[in-house]
Amino acid sequence: MAEYVQGIPIMRPYIDQDNQGYWDAVKNHKLVFQHCSKCDKYHHPPRPMCPSCHSQDTLEWKESSGKGIIYSFVMFTTNKMAYPAFKLPYAVVLVEMEEGVRITANTHEIEPDEVQVGLPVEVMFEELPDGQTLYRFKKREA
Amino acid sequence: MLQEYMDRKYRTDNKPSVEANLIKNNVAIVGIGQTQYTKNSGRDELDLACEAIQNAVDDAGLKMSDIDGFDTFILDRLSLPMLINSLGTPNVRFSCEVSGGGGAGCAVAVHAAAAVATGQADYVCCYRSLNEASGHRYGRGDDFIEYMPVALTPNYGYIWPLGFVTPLGWAGVWGRRWMHEFNITREQLGWWPVVLREYAQNNPEATYFGRPMTHEDYMESPMIVDPLKLHDCCVNTDGAAAYIITTVERAKDLKQTPAIIAASAQCCPIEQEIQTIYQRPSISGLVETWYVGQELYRVAECGPDDIDVAQLYDPYSIGGIIQLEELGFCERGEGGKFVEGGDNIRIDGKIPCNTAGGLLSEAYLHGWNLVIEGVRQIRGTSYNQVKDVELSMVTGGPGVASSGIILRR
Repeated sequence: MAEYVQGIPIMRPYIDQDNQGYWDAVKNHKLVFQHCSKCDKYHHPPRPMCPSCHSQDTLEWKESSGKGIIYSFVMFTTNKMAYPAFKLPYAVVLVEMEEGVRITANTHEIEPDEVQVGLPVEVMFEELPDGQTLYRFKKREA
Repeated sequence: MLQEYMDRKYRTDNKPSVEANLIKNNVAIVGIGQTQYTKNSGRDELDLACEAIQNAVDDAGLKMSDIDGFDTFILDRLSLPMLINSLGTPNVRFSCEVSGGGGAGCAVAVHAAAAVATGQADYVCCYRSLNEASGHRYGRGDDFIEYMPVALTPNYGYIWPLGFVTPLGWAGVWGRRWMHEFNITREQLGWWPVVLREYAQNNPEATYFGRPMTHEDYMESPMIVDPLKLHDCCVNTDGAAAYIITTVERAKDLKQTPAIIAASAQCCPIEQEIQTIYQRPSISGLVETWYVGQELYRVAECGPDDIDVAQLYDPYSIGGIIQLEELGFCERGEGGKFVEGGDNIRIDGKIPCNTAGGLLSEAYLHGWNLVIEGVRQIRGTSYNQVKDVELSMVTGGPGVASSGIILRR
């Protein structure tokens, strides 16, 4: 699912010093999450200080297994609330990753009626026509 | 806050003492004003704001020059300096623009009340002016094209590139999780918009006045962002509204029965981003609303059973119903059952809600119309007046840093 309408630009992520590593990894087809080596905790979205131990120099990037389950989702069915660069309908899924972090993304080759809470999914990467790279989720064996 | 919420145990030992609260029973809303609510005002926001503020000043029995403070929340599209230039208020010594979007629906009153209680200003005017029906519509899919090509903030950068650009979508994610965990049905959701539409039939200023809706109409309305149907979503409004806050002492010399603030609260919890509250241990409930409710009850020294009427910020049906749970009007997960058939939220029900029609059927004035209706219920001038109102509650938006007030006679 999630196909684009030609000629309408797609919004780009806002990259700053805190999330540069996250988006650099995506460009290289890797999904990473911010991890505090002292607390052994993941934090998303990335931030400049560990909210648990208040350290600013123990934050590192750890690669995700890329696997998770659909925790919740919405389906855009009319143009009123959808972004015009997308063909309808399209889903946005909230995926709970094995690391415990939850992220949102579009889906890849999942039919609208197959999108369900609890569906096991894994990450894949898509090169967009405008040169940016985004991650999506496709079905996987549980 | 989050830990207290997860444990469902509100701590009183780490809160400021009720006796030291300078707002409680010392500050009141003394004037209310609005323009017509339309679909095409043909006027700019500044123009509309001037009319609503003049109406609020007249309602209070004040002079424009008495106003010495202004307060609103973010996402306003008019310029405060030009507002001051237009109104000719010569002594403005306090201004505030609260973060949190609709969550600040009542935080504006909280901050204005704090300013008045601590002597920063005497008469603070809280204002909102919008042309969201005819002009810039917050929350439409194409609304965000103006920010191209890069998302406005780092947080939006994780969601906007997915075509995930509207609050209805963001809330739909936690809304679906709530429905999933507690088996809430679409039929149940429908009763919130249906009852609000009934209220709007008695309110000639409401957008949907003269246009009733049955539960069947609701069920047949189109899906907008699954799980939300058209009539789960708020209206678009052109219009403005304002209210004026001062001390109870000064209110004695004014025209109206003051709506005295018995309690006020704001909550900015951890793992908070506008509606995208997805990192919390649970997203099938709203810590900010729960906290605001607990704090309001603590300060006002009352409980949910003492509240006579409530105006809950409901940009979508789910946002209204889930607040009934978090504010203690029903048990967690029971919101669907509670609104079924509609009687519990009707005028003689357990807790009459959004009695002017709310954001779904009166107007989407970013909650200002809810505060105004909360005041009318205290004055006894609502189009759907609840009998013998002692305590009237108003809340800010769900899923964002939220707020609330309890008004009393």
